[in-house]
Amino acid sequence: MADQQTYNYKVVRQFAIMTRVWGVIGMLVGVLIAAQLAWPVLNFDIPWLTFGRLRPLHTNAVIFAFGGSALFATSYYVVQRTCHVRLFSDGLAAFTFWGWQAVILSAVITLPLGITSSKEYAELEWPIDILLTLVWVAYAVVFFGTIVKRKIPHIYVANWFFGAYILTVAILHIFNSAAVPVSLFKSYSAYAGVQDAMVQWWYGHNAVGFFLTAGFLGMMYYFVPKQAGRPVYSYRLSVVHFWALIFTYIWAGPHHLHYTALPDWTQTLGMIMSLILLAPSWGGMINGIMTLSGAWEKLRIDPVMRLLIVSISFYGMSTFEGPMMAIKTVNALSHYTDWTIGHVHSGALGWVALITMGSMYYLIPRLFNRELYSLKLVELHFWAATVGIVLYISSMWVAGIMQGLMWRATNADGTLTYSFVESVQAMHPYFIVRFLGGVCFLFGTLVMVWNIWKTIAGAKPATATIPVPAAAH
Amino acid sequence: MDFTLIEAIWTVVVMVTFIGIVLWAWSGKRKQDFNEAANIPFNEDEPASTEKLSKEKSHG
Repeated sequence: MADQQTYNYKVVRQFAIMTRVWGVIGMLVGVLIAAQLAWPVLNFDIPWLTFGRLRPLHTNAVIFAFGGSALFATSYYVVQRTCHVRLFSDGLAAFTFWGWQAVILSAVITLPLGITSSKEYAELEWPIDILLTLVWVAYAVVFFGTIVKRKIPHIYVANWFFGAYILTVAILHIFNSAAVPVSLFKSYSAYAGVQDAMVQWWYGHNAVGFFLTAGFLGMMYYFVPKQAGRPVYSYRLSVVHFWALIFTYIWAGPHHLHYTALPDWTQTLGMIMSLILLAPSWGGMINGIMTLSGAWEKLRIDPVMRLLIVSISFYGMSTFEGPMMAIKTVNALSHYTDWTIGHVHSGALGWVALITMGSMYYLIPRLFNRELYSLKLVELHFWAATVGIVLYISSMWVAGIMQGLMWRATNADGTLTYSFVESVQAMHPYFIVRFLGGVCFLFGTLVMVWNIWKTIAGAKPATATIPVPAAAH
Repeated sequence: MDFTLIEAIWTVVVMVTFIGIVLWAWSGKRKQDFNEAANIPFNEDEPASTEKLSKEKSHG
C-alpha cells in the first residue's frame, strides 16, 4: 500500500484536538465545583449540577478524556516515529478514537444522572466498562502491533513506558471493574468488604502510577529531548528507573487505607513501598531535567521548554510529597483533608497537564505543517498556569493541615474542641483562593486553545514520509 | 506449598532480577548501544523547517 510510506497522522491529530477540547471542558467543570464548595448556592438546587455528581465528571473528564486523549495522541505519534513504521492498523486506530470518544460521551451523560458504580476513578457502569475494555484491547493491538513490525531494532525507552501503561491499565481495569450486573445501569462489585477496598485502591493508586505517571513519562522521554534538541541525559538511568518504578508502584495502594480494617501489615507494606517509590520517581525527574544540562539558556528563551521543565519539577515535588503523606503518622493528620486534594492537583496540574501542554505545543504545529502562532502567548499561558497551581496547592496545604488539626483537637475532658461544621466554616477563604487558582489555570488553557487555533486555522493536515532505510550505525 | 514460602521466593526472584538489570545497564559493553538508543528520536529525515524553533510570527 502507498499508505505504508507515510505515518498515520490522522488519528494523532484527532486525539490531539480532542485533548484540547476535553481539557477545557474538564477544567471548566473543576472550576465550577470549586466555586460550589465556596458558594454552595451555585448548584442551583438542580440534582444534575450537585457536587456529588459533577465531581466524578470532573475527574473522569480530566484524567481519561483530557489525559487519555493526550496519551493516545502522543503514544501513536512516538511509536511510529521511533519505530519508523506506520501504525499497525488504521482501522483499529480509528476504532480506538471513536470508541474512546463514545466512552467519554457516555460518562458525560451517565455521571450527572447519578448512574455510578461508586468506585473512585472507576465510576462508569458495566456496559461502558465493557466498551472501554474493547477499546483498550484494540489500543494494545495497535501499539504492540506497531512495535512488532518496527524497522528500528531497539525499542526506544518512551515506548517501554507507553507499553507498561497500556498493559497495566488493561489489567487494573478488568480486575477492578469485575462486577455482578443487576440491571442495565446497576451492578455490584465482585468483591466484598475490605477486599473490595483493597482492589479499589490497588487500581486507584496504579491509575496514578501507570496512567498518570508511566504514560506521561513516555511523553517526557520523547518530547523533552526533541524540544531540547539533545538526547536524554542518561539512557541507563532510564532503563533502571523504568524497572524500579514498575516493580514498586504496584504495591503502594494500601497507603490509601491507613487506619482502616485493612490488616496492619498490609498498611505498613504499602507505606514502605510508597517510601521506596521516591527513588525511581526522582530517577525520572533527574533524567528529564538533566537532559537540559549544558543548554540551560533554553529555559530563558523557549517558553515551551520552560513548561516541560517546570512540569518535571512538579513531578519531583509531588513524588516527594506523596511518600511523605504515605507515612502512617503523617497520614493520620492528612487523610480525608484537603491536603490530599492539593497533593493530587500538584501532580495533575503541575505534572500531567503541563507536560501534556508542552508536548502539544511541540506536536500540533508539526501535525499541520505550521509554526506556532505566538510564543508570547505560550509565555502568558505558562505564567497563568504556574500562578494558578501555586494558589491551588498552597491554599489546600493550609486548609488541609488546619482541618487535620481541628479534627484531632480535644478538650481536657476528652471531648472534641470543634464540631465538624466549624472546620467546614474555617475552610471558606481557602476554598475561594483555590477557586481563583483554578480560574487562573483555566485562563492559561484558554490562551493555549486560542494560540493553537490561530496556528492551525486554514492549515492543511501534514503528511510525513517514513525514512527509508532506517539509519543503522 | 506454603503461601508464605512462595512469597519469599518471589521476593528474592524479583530482587535478583532487579539487581541483574542494574548490573546489565551499567556494564561498559552497553554504553555504545545506549548512546545509539538515546539518539533514536533524532534518527529521522524531518524537513528542516519543522525542526527549528517556532518564531514569533502570525500566519494568514
